[in-house]
Amino acid sequence: MTAQLNDPSIKMGELITAHPELMTILQRMGIALGFGDRSVADVCQRHGVDPGFSLLICNVYSYAQYVPSREVILQTNMTGLVSYLRNSHHYYVSRQLPHIEHHLLHIAEQLPVRVSLVLHRFFDAYKAEVLAHFGHEDNTVFRHIEALQAGVSDTNYRMADFVDNHGNLEDKLNDLVQIIFKYLPESVTGDDTVDMVYDILMLSMDLNRHSLVEEKVMVPYVMHLERRVR
Amino acid sequence: MKTRVLIIEPSEVIVEGLKSLLEQQTRFKVLPPLYGLDALDERLISGKPDVIIANPTLSSQPGQLTGDTAVPVVALVYQYVEPVVLKRYDAAIDIRDNCGTIVDTLIRIVQSHEQAEHGRPASYELSRRETDVLVQVARGLTNKEIADSLNVSVHTVISHRKNIMHKTGIKSVAGLTVYAILNNLIDESALI
Repeated sequence: MTAQLNDPSIKMGELITAHPELMTILQRMGIALGFGDRSVADVCQRHGVDPGFSLLICNVYSYAQYVPSREVILQTNMTGLVSYLRNSHHYYVSRQLPHIEHHLLHIAEQLPVRVSLVLHRFFDAYKAEVLAHFGHEDNTVFRHIEALQAGVSDTNYRMADFVDNHGNLEDKLNDLVQIIFKYLPESVTGDDTVDMVYDILMLSMDLNRHSLVEEKVMVPYVMHLERRVR
Repeated sequence: MKTRVLIIEPSEVIVEGLKSLLEQQTRFKVLPPLYGLDALDERLISGKPDVIIANPTLSSQPGQLTGDTAVPVVALVYQYVEPVVLKRYDAAIDIRDNCGTIVDTLIRIVQSHEQAEHGRPASYELSRRETDVLVQVARGLTNKEIADSLNVSVHTVISHRKNIMHKTGIKSVAGLTVYAILNNLIDESALI
């Protein structure tokens, strides 16, 4: 599959109307809404984002089948990659997880203590897992990339390690959805169940696309850097 | 698709006779026979028989033979068997029956069983054995520990776990623990 979104001269307003899921992507790149008539290239430049980089991420995010070629990766200005990935982590941890937890607490209030206890425990363990996963990337993987981008190869870390150890964070979210769909007592009422499932599905999709960005963009890019900076 | 037949019969002579008789019919595939009930659990899972032919003196409760599966069990009769026991089997064949009768009985039982199975929605409900395994999983036991405590092979435990995941849609141990508590299968004091 070739890139679907590759014209930086189209209006940003049109792009986002066709692909509203990209709203959060722009937010993580520091691009504010209210584009007026401006083109993708124009809007990106006003916010100091490389338009080619922005479109590359949008393509991977909106088209799960798309695999950028080596040429595309090497030609793209990746200065904004690490900050984009860090901002995504921040968004998951400080926005989406608290939303889900908020609904879960309301649901748990309606359940017997022993059940609510296990639900809390389940979610706390999941949060710890997410924080450990992101913490490792923030402190080890991204620092390694920043060092390489600065032209130094000072860490022992290698991208090959990332490929071997990159676990998925979506399975447990799906478990929670299954529990809500099939095994929650009918006595639980209110909007929190549906709201929570929506939030979980959004986060799960987002995490999935985020790992696609890491695997299809970050990994090949950094492996190339590792070969160059020796 | 061939009908997979599992024979459970202590007498090698009878097994060989029945086997060669069935193998003349292309529609049957005779699985490696069992001469007793040992390892039956595993063989049900690995062999996936469509029908079991068992000597009723081995078990007066054919339901115990099939465990979690719904495979029909046909009694293989050549000595006196209590009629009340025989009635618990899905059908009976006598070794003095002629070949055609035996084959017809088997085909009839498999077909009527397939019809009964067909259209029955896959259940989310766990079988008793799957529940046993689930409880141990939620308690944090390893596959090996579960196999030892339930007296089955690790392979069997893994197979049960696959079924549990398939039925509940829950993959993680943490998620299965929530399931177990929600369904009153374990006490929170059992958790580590």
